[in-house]
Amino acid sequence: MPDINEMKAAILKYVVNEYAEDDDDVTYDTPLISGGLVDSFSMVSLKRFLEVKYKISIPDERATPEAFDNVTKIANLVLEYL
Amino acid sequence: MSNIGSYEDRLKNFSWSIAEKELGYNPGDTINIGWYCTDRICQMGKADKTALIWEGREEDNMRKYTFNDLRILTNTFGTFLRKVGISDGDRVCLFMDKAPELYIGFLSILKIGAVAQPLFSAFGDESLFVRLENAGTKAIITSRKHASKVQKILDRLPDLEYIIVVDDDGKKALKNKEIAFSLDQATPVDQFEIFPTKAESNSVLHYTSGTTGQPKGVKHVHYSLISQYLTAKWVLDLQDDDIYWCTADPGWVTGTSYGIIGAWSLGITQCVKDSGFAAETWYRFIEKHKITMWYSAPTAIRSLMKAGDEVIKQFDHSSLRHLASVGEPLNAEAVVWSQKVFGLPFLDTYWQTETGSMMITNYPGMKIRPGSMGKPFPGLTCALLDPDTYEPIHETNKPGLIAFQFDWPARMRTYWNNQETFEKKFKNGWYITGDRSTIDKDGYFWFIGRDDDVINTGGHLVSPFEVESALLEHEAVAESAVVSKPDDINMEVVKAFVTLKPGFVASQELELEIMNFIRKKLSPLAMPQEIEYIDLLPKTRSGKIMRRVLHAKEWGEEIGDISTLEND
Repeated sequence: MPDINEMKAAILKYVVNEYAEDDDDVTYDTPLISGGLVDSFSMVSLKRFLEVKYKISIPDERATPEAFDNVTKIANLVLEYL
Repeated sequence: MSNIGSYEDRLKNFSWSIAEKELGYNPGDTINIGWYCTDRICQMGKADKTALIWEGREEDNMRKYTFNDLRILTNTFGTFLRKVGISDGDRVCLFMDKAPELYIGFLSILKIGAVAQPLFSAFGDESLFVRLENAGTKAIITSRKHASKVQKILDRLPDLEYIIVVDDDGKKALKNKEIAFSLDQATPVDQFEIFPTKAESNSVLHYTSGTTGQPKGVKHVHYSLISQYLTAKWVLDLQDDDIYWCTADPGWVTGTSYGIIGAWSLGITQCVKDSGFAAETWYRFIEKHKITMWYSAPTAIRSLMKAGDEVIKQFDHSSLRHLASVGEPLNAEAVVWSQKVFGLPFLDTYWQTETGSMMITNYPGMKIRPGSMGKPFPGLTCALLDPDTYEPIHETNKPGLIAFQFDWPARMRTYWNNQETFEKKFKNGWYITGDRSTIDKDGYFWFIGRDDDVINTGGHLVSPFEVESALLEHEAVAESAVVSKPDDINMEVVKAFVTLKPGFVASQELELEIMNFIRKKLSPLAMPQEIEYIDLLPKTRSGKIMRRVLHAKEWGEEIGDISTLEND
């Protein structure tokens, strides 16, 4: 099972590379959905990234804006399905 | 007592001159939306009334503006735009998140007689490019965060002379054609000569997607105010002590017609939350600002339903007195749910970028039939047309094309640089909306769907052609077909079918790569939520892709006539 810190670092790196603009300062606790960094449509690609990278399947009912609202929450969600 | 009173009585005695009189407008006068939303409200004795309560992503980042602030700030911004060299008729794009400068900038552009071209800030560089190129945009008002997208396409936009950055902090050097402007630091301008626009002077250019071809620039004029003012008053029922929240982004027509013009021309206090969606954040916002009138979208309402009823109980929503919805059909379940949890139904409103103002809606005081679009606004001549003959259908409950006599103030005047496509919107003297519905025996309209391939996802129209074209620019994609597929939250979402070029292998990793490619190139809402690899796309013998075959498969519908299918 991946280390939670490594997982958080990998997810953060993906978020920064894919969704952040030059000036965005993104940390593990930055609000992604409620903060407007990742919109609800883009959340689908973030979910797909997690499923591909960690070879898991996250049910749609668990992929809520609240569960995806920061990197720490996302990593905890992924852990549930590993 | 609601503003509209009796809908039936309004039908009998309607004339758009009701709005003209209330606004003090006489045919032939100058009419400038920027003036009506700021200076006029001040002249009515409401200079110190709060016009805008703006809240950023962090709750404590809040600003308030009175109508006098709006008046002075729009004068100030307008003065700057004039000094830069922007004048009446020039197209000025607004491309930023929901910052105060977006709202103030919009009215400033109108005050100088230029044309406001708001664009959704999540657009990728290609989506931005085609819209700026088509409009021949002279200047773009943006923020540091989004200026980099403009720089990527600047070389291909010879008409674009100025990139006005409203939040430059001086930490990074300004790039090619960039000019810094700070509303906070600019010298306030109290006296300002507003450009004397007339009823038919161009005001706003909103882009919308069609089945084929590039997005179309829907041209509106200052006289649209007449419709927007009266529909905001009668349908949204905005009253002097209301605190109003329109959740739409001004990159789309709802965000300007009712997120700026409708409310402020009535002198109403409105709130803006510049953040993404989160149920708790939204409920807290309503509680904190004691929102009374809330205008939102079915996608947001269904997302709130999905978040559950427990979170609602944590907040006080007793301030709410009226709710309305726009963007896509509001399902009956959502209406019933809002009645249960807020004690109020969301009233559906139907209209389009092209119509500029509400067309078929539910009204305060009128009996609501959950799931129905409601009835046409007074003064409109509406019919359902037979799709073959374009003659009005008189039988009840028979599907037809929603059509209007093209004579209300906020109607579009043309598609920018595309009069030919504009003229194709008319049959037998009727404006054809492209939507289908039925009418029941009591005159209520019931939405069925689009009459073309355009995808309405979360209230935003996406052109399958535009996505297919962008997909072909990915190195792995040989052919593509784009259709909608059902979605519980967004009504429908984009799905792509692709064939791959030799040497590329179908995989989940490639699917994700293609999704992100489209998201960045076009926009998140155009990004296929699913990509299906396919060996052969269904085509006619003449080589045209039969989208309807794929659409039928996704929606579990009958495929229909496939006699022209080549590879069956």
